Amino acid sequence: MIETKITIENPVLSIKNLSVAYEKGGKHAVDNVSADIQRNAITAIMGPSGCGKSTLLRALNRLHDLYPNIETKGNIFLNGEDISNISNIDLRRKVGMVFQRPNPFPTMSIYDNVIAGYKLNGIRLKKQQKDDIVEESLHDVVLWEEVKNSLFKKGTFLSGGQQQRLCIARALAFQPDVILLDEPTSALDPVATSKVEELLVKLKEKYSIVLVTHNMSQAARISDNSMFMYLGDLVEYGQTDIMFTKPQDKRTEEYLTGKFG
Amino acid sequence: MQAIVSQIGRNTYRTRKNKFFLGMVVFFSMLTILPILLIIYKLIAKGIHQINLSFFTESAPDTLEAMTALNNGEVIPGGILNGITGTLFMVILASIMAIPIGIMIGIYLYENAEKRFANLIRDISDVMQGVPSIVLGLISYIWIVKNVTGGYSALAGATALGIMMLPLIIRSTEETLKMIPQSIKEAAFALGVPYHKVMLRVLIPSSLSGLLTGILLAISRVLGETAPLMLTALGSPVVNLQIDSPTSAVPLLIWEFYNDPNMVDLIWSSSLFLMGFVLALNLISKRIAAKST
Repeated sequence: MIETKITIENPVLSIKNLSVAYEKGGKHAVDNVSADIQRNAITAIMGPSGCGKSTLLRALNRLHDLYPNIETKGNIFLNGEDISNISNIDLRRKVGMVFQRPNPFPTMSIYDNVIAGYKLNGIRLKKQQKDDIVEESLHDVVLWEEVKNSLFKKGTFLSGGQQQRLCIARALAFQPDVILLDEPTSALDPVATSKVEELLVKLKEKYSIVLVTHNMSQAARISDNSMFMYLGDLVEYGQTDIMFTKPQDKRTEEYLTGKFG
Repeated sequence: MQAIVSQIGRNTYRTRKNKFFLGMVVFFSMLTILPILLIIYKLIAKGIHQINLSFFTESAPDTLEAMTALNNGEVIPGGILNGITGTLFMVILASIMAIPIGIMIGIYLYENAEKRFANLIRDISDVMQGVPSIVLGLISYIWIVKNVTGGYSALAGATALGIMMLPLIIRSTEETLKMIPQSIKEAAFALGVPYHKVMLRVLIPSSLSGLLTGILLAISRVLGETAPLMLTALGSPVVNLQIDSPTSAVPLLIWEFYNDPNMVDLIWSSSLFLMGFVLALNLISKRIAAKST
């Protein structure tokens, strides 16, 4: 494994020797990965299918805890604090997540989907506060103009791209420090994809973004730093423009030039 | 080319074969709806004249009243109010027992699909579905009639019915929950929502129509049960809403009417009512299920 080629001051997330196995004692889907994640930047995780990129991402908000067979070793620090010392509930409020397929809650309206985090956690808000959060979050994801007259319709009536932006708004509503996105555009058409990409570039002013993608050009277009993973190893990690022009590792070069993937 | 085209649509061997099989399929499909149509026709033809306001507002008549009416060529007085209230009362009691337990077991099976204990529970629940209802009546007789209420009672009847409903509710809960995409559940957890709230506020509401369908089907399944009630609720000539007293039910009344030559007319009207009720529940649950998909 190549050492991280990038030094990051005051990282928002710091991963130390992280290994994840889907069975106790089984093969590591993520093998001894260490990396620092830059604040207010987009960090892309690339790699071919099955390389462990989603597994790495899902370790960052401890989503693996839902599945008792999954074994996670190593440490992750959020703003310097070990996440194993933070309750899952608090951690996931600080580290929001957007999934591969748009997954608005089917029983809730657009409005309720945005404030679902508050509603489901039983956090009571005044009507005015709720309205403000909904409007601001939907503005942030550039969805407000499209849905402002149908806020109380079901979220599932929106198009795929709109649903995905709604899901991003739902993650933003809690004002997290980090947003994790697991191939957020893989189920979207090119127009919706470019909208989401523009949005992510805008959002990095306020949030730190970790983006899993198997679309290299997407990583090249919008990310500041890139990780290349292969068979559970973090092969290379560096500034995106440097990595795409002068990859250090032969495997990275082969992947970027389309020899496999 | 011309020759080939002109052959299409001709009464060739292939099209004749096709028509024959289509005809068979349609014929047998009609054959399956024939019995139900005949049943409904018979019930309406023989029962409808008994159905009037007093049929729903008065309890079953005694033999003497029925006999007098028959001799004078009148409609038998009275109705089946004691049966209707008894059936509803026991079904509600059974639902109170079976629905929460069934849903909780269903959630457990869904959450622990591959555990050995869950498989055991699933098998037992399948076996329970096959236990003859009279046996459940006997069990309830031993448990409740002998030991709890000290006599025939609505509670004993409801217990037998509740045990019958349980496997249906367990299975429908598990199957409905399984149909919810895993990503919906993960989305809720990713918002930092605690487990019980993910269950109660996200998964259960998302599967509500499925749960409702299962519950309605379970209810329509036990509505017509007679055998277990004979050993537990026994029957009652008057409206009873005490859980520790004998209670009537529509199928029990049908059985009693059958045993009394003077009340034969009431068999048909009561059966018509029961059939209509069960059919309505079935249709409603189908409607709900269709709406959700």
